[in-house]
Amino acid sequence: MPDPEQARQREQAEFAALAAQYHPQPPLARNLAWAFVVGGLICVVGQLFIFAFQAAGLTATQAGARAAVALLAVGSILTALGVYDEIGRYGGAGAAIPITGFANSIVSPAMEFRTEGLVFGFAARLFSIAGPVITFGILAAMGSALVRFLLLGR
Amino acid sequence: MAVASMIPVQAAAKRLGHQSMRFETAPAIIASASVVGPREGQGPLGRYFETVLEDERYGERCFEQAESRILKDAVNAALGAAGWQETELDALLSGDLLNQTVASNYAVRNTKMPFLGVFAACATIAEGLLVGASLLEAGLAARVVAAASSHHEAAERQYRYPNEFGAQRPPTAQWTATAAGAVALVVPATGCETAGLPRITYATIGRVVDCGQKDPYDMGTAEVPAAWDTLVAHFRETGRDPAYYDLIVTGDLARIGSEIFREGMRRRGLEVGSRHVDCGVLLYRPEQDVHAGGSGAGCAASVLASYILKEMRAGRFRRVLFIGTGSLHNPVSIQQGEAIPAIAHAVAIEA
Amino acid sequence: MSFAGPLVWAFLVGGFICLVGQVLIDVFKVPPAHTMVLFVVAGAVLAGLGLYEPLVKFAGAGASVPISNFGYVLTKGILDALQREGWFGLLTGVFEVAGGAIAAAVVFGFFAALFFRPKG
Repeated sequence: MPDPEQARQREQAEFAALAAQYHPQPPLARNLAWAFVVGGLICVVGQLFIFAFQAAGLTATQAGARAAVALLAVGSILTALGVYDEIGRYGGAGAAIPITGFANSIVSPAMEFRTEGLVFGFAARLFSIAGPVITFGILAAMGSALVRFLLLGR
Repeated sequence: MAVASMIPVQAAAKRLGHQSMRFETAPAIIASASVVGPREGQGPLGRYFETVLEDERYGERCFEQAESRILKDAVNAALGAAGWQETELDALLSGDLLNQTVASNYAVRNTKMPFLGVFAACATIAEGLLVGASLLEAGLAARVVAAASSHHEAAERQYRYPNEFGAQRPPTAQWTATAAGAVALVVPATGCETAGLPRITYATIGRVVDCGQKDPYDMGTAEVPAAWDTLVAHFRETGRDPAYYDLIVTGDLARIGSEIFREGMRRRGLEVGSRHVDCGVLLYRPEQDVHAGGSGAGCAASVLASYILKEMRAGRFRRVLFIGTGSLHNPVSIQQGEAIPAIAHAVAIEA
Repeated sequence: MSFAGPLVWAFLVGGFICLVGQVLIDVFKVPPAHTMVLFVVAGAVLAGLGLYEPLVKFAGAGASVPISNFGYVLTKGILDALQREGWFGLLTGVFEVAGGAIAAAVVFGFFAALFFRPKG
């Protein structure tokens, strides 16, 4: 008497093998090129902001922080205008990884769930994508800083 | 068969094997109507649709209300084409992808139509036709409408990401159609002219098949084993073979799923070849950036209600086997690590 | 001050970091949201190892614009506070440097929600 569970698993494995033959891989070279160029260009814009704030007399640290906010504004505006999802469609990680992508991940649910009200729609869903980034960022940073502080004291 | 022996002798002739049924009265499809979004209207089937929206919002406050309205429009258009009043309709069987099928629920509120909500994801229209034809066959209704809808933006925000989130879609992803289709069925004896109309002759109820596929961006593949399961049963229990049909229509396996489907049918000795088409492939042009093709309850419903049935009425197709295929997961089940269970219901339509 | 050099390095390093992200998505099938989480965690770990600060000095915006920088500034804020205030700094230092970006994103999200609707 064959074990039905084993037979089912064998059937699923056979199906997965058949399906894999027909599954196209993502166009890797094209996606990588787009990610590199889009991500690189957003960083260039960030560098230009840094230069501009430094030219206005700010220190490197101050200029960096303001450039970050400026990029958040750019990412937010492009999201509000319905452009950033198009950039993301081509740019992939090149659009998601820069701080403009962080802005997109906060502004897009803010707009989307506004129809469910300001409290349970806008406010509750605001960090539905960025929340995990912040949460794990804090936990990792605490662990990382604690280990370093214990070992080096600075 | 112990179960078969419990069915009355007269009924046993209608019930074929474990899953299939034969409709002696062969309910007739007297009218059908479809309403689609702008992207669907620009697709190859554009000229077959009754209404093509200019924008996805359709003047409504939110996408969910827009979906309700296109469904309502499609049902009303089918009623109008059939020449029926709301009060003459014995049952509307409708479903959609929104939580608790609210697009349908809101579309029919404060109307006079007796309403049965049905859900089988993208196979909803097939389930509606199957149950509706059964009501007619049993003499429990004289006029029914089966309908289904989906809306791209409403589905994205429920199943995936906010619409303005910049996520990249893999090549296996399918595009949820903004579309609604409605099909009006009648028992031929009701006094209306039904000669030459497409008739529902057979149906096969699907079983839920889980092939272990977990990727929600690859629903077409997950639905393939369910389509095989139902079709093998259909051909065995009706004694027909694929060559009997002019057209074998799946909805919606999309491009990649369709190839796996055809290969699997070949291996089962049921070559479907070029008579197989898929609603998700038919609805869009390849350059419309929909990746593997269309999906959503409205995709199969609108393609059936427009292209397939209109061409049947024009005499281009005479024997059509329509197989709705649906993925029965939800976002929570996927996040909890479950695979995607799928179902396929088959309905034979002959003119 | 030369502009061309920093711009080229910002493009190359920033582009490369995003390319690594695309490899995670396409080759290792990591979903986009999970990729962002991995980058923040990686930034925090590199900061703890003392590697991220030199990278920012070298590549400028090429290192400070990617989301991994968020992990770095969180770690930096905590380390500064630990030195200044002792153990309680482990909590109070979290948003010291990174808080501005989150506050700005909340404000932008609020106004976008008030004045814009998703186009789809």
